[in-house]
Amino acid sequence: MSVGTATDQVAPPQAPPRAGLTDRARSERRLAYMLVAPAVIVMVAVAAYPIINAFVLSLQRSDLRFPAKTKFIGLANYGHVLGSSVWWSDFAHTVIITVISVSIELTLGMLLALAMHRTIFVRGLTRAIGLIPYGIVTVVAAFSWLYAWQAASGWIPGLLGLKTDPTTTTLGSYAIILIAEIWKNTPFMALLLLGGLALVPDELQEAARVDGASTWQRFWRITIPLMKPAILVALLFRTLDAFRIFDVIFIVNQGANNTESVSILGYNTLLDRLNLGLGSAVSVLIFVCVVIIAFVYIRLFGAAVPGSENL
Amino acid sequence: MKHSQREISGWTAAIIAVVVLSLIPVLWIISLSFKDPGTIGDGNFFPTKWTWANYSGIFKQSIFTDALRNSIGIAAIATVIAVVLASFAAYAIARLKFPGKRVILGASLAIAMFPPISIVGPLYNLWREIGLYDTWPGLILPYMTFALPLSIYTLSAFFREIPWELEQAAQVDGATPFQAFTRVIAPLAAPGVFTTAIIVFIFCWNDFVFAISLTSTPAAQTVPAAIASFPGASQFTEPIGSIAAAAVVVTIPMVLLVLLFQRRIVSGLTAGAVKG
Repeated sequence: MSVGTATDQVAPPQAPPRAGLTDRARSERRLAYMLVAPAVIVMVAVAAYPIINAFVLSLQRSDLRFPAKTKFIGLANYGHVLGSSVWWSDFAHTVIITVISVSIELTLGMLLALAMHRTIFVRGLTRAIGLIPYGIVTVVAAFSWLYAWQAASGWIPGLLGLKTDPTTTTLGSYAIILIAEIWKNTPFMALLLLGGLALVPDELQEAARVDGASTWQRFWRITIPLMKPAILVALLFRTLDAFRIFDVIFIVNQGANNTESVSILGYNTLLDRLNLGLGSAVSVLIFVCVVIIAFVYIRLFGAAVPGSENL
Repeated sequence: MKHSQREISGWTAAIIAVVVLSLIPVLWIISLSFKDPGTIGDGNFFPTKWTWANYSGIFKQSIFTDALRNSIGIAAIATVIAVVLASFAAYAIARLKFPGKRVILGASLAIAMFPPISIVGPLYNLWREIGLYDTWPGLILPYMTFALPLSIYTLSAFFREIPWELEQAAQVDGATPFQAFTRVIAPLAAPGVFTTAIIVFIFCWNDFVFAISLTSTPAAQTVPAAIASFPGASQFTEPIGSIAAAAVVVTIPMVLLVLLFQRRIVSGLTAGAVKG
């Protein structure tokens, strides 16, 4: 923020719009478009075009096993998906996983961020080790936790004295998926929060302490309110990411024991059953859910989209 | 500053908790990778009988060595291209005046939030038609696309902190905006660019959805996709030892990257996401 204003001061006075556009401003503008163009073209070609294509496919009966039968059928695919119990139960699984994992990640992430920010010794080492899960491939994290829990190989069932193999029960499967997901993503959450923590002025904390506020009061009355923008951005990012959960479930049990998420459903419909029409309808619905989540965070909770305040 | 005994023991406990929780799954997968096939099901945390067999086994299988080559090549190429293109765009966004800036940032943020599964179907279809299915470019393109928004955000945050007076001084001395960019600003921007490259590489290295959807053979399959399809000794046994060894091989470089560049990763992710 302060950086933004500094830049504004240094920047040359703005040329009067349109009519008085100087040669210099015009060439600056041309350079800007040339610099931005390659990135924009790639993003449009590889992200925007396929999502439009997904929408078009979702309005067709399109099955790669029967390509001759492709035909425009309007919203029938959506009717089929939204009318099926599979979509709604998968939606419920996804919401359960998202809500539980993001809330625990927020709590643990905050603790980790405080530890990284405030620790009085070996700060570099604490930060580095705390970050390790961020660098681990999600698939590897999922395998590690799966093998730790499953009766055929793991150390956890023995430790907890479990009688049944946790991978065979719904509760056990959720536990494995959630723990793997939370372990992998808490450091990222902590990093996003750490940025917000750095913006809380030490003098304010000190002043409150002199006035007799306890650690607990300072945390809730000073740290949290000042960190609100960072918390909202972190929650927004992690919620969107958790909602599209795929890797961990795919590795742990491919959606068995009632853990199938909407992304797994989309993948199975598209790439296992090769039904592009129905699969695209699922894809578009997932996209709509993500847009709604982003809208709720940005409009209702007032999450500031990163970068927007600097323009 | 003096710290009380209580503070010191509190922080010691907190640090031990962080270290233990972060490292246990890593140590466990390492330990599994050294377990002898006969003892892999014994449930002990540490191996009772150590062996290198799992490692020598996977390096003899082309499914793994090819995947390793694909992972390194694809992630490296995607990272280089994404970071170069994003540097151009971020420079323009941080520095130049032009209409449409907000649209570009908004659109790239939208892509960053995009569920990959939503475009996997059309890409699968399109790639098969134009011959990109199961090829390196077939993965490099989607990785670049999702890496670009991340890089543009991180880089524009870094670029805003560069002392721009130097650029103006160069321009006063007669440099064109392009010369000012390549001669003055680029060297100053190098640390930010390097940091962004690390973050993007970790992102590409981690991907699984695109890898299992858009590849099918060792021609382009990356390690996460390959280990998910490792064949077991028989239909009913899981290749736990091989998977663990392969997992360790892809994990070690990432752990080293994180340990060596912790400070940069922290500054990169916090700059991109929060300071904005």
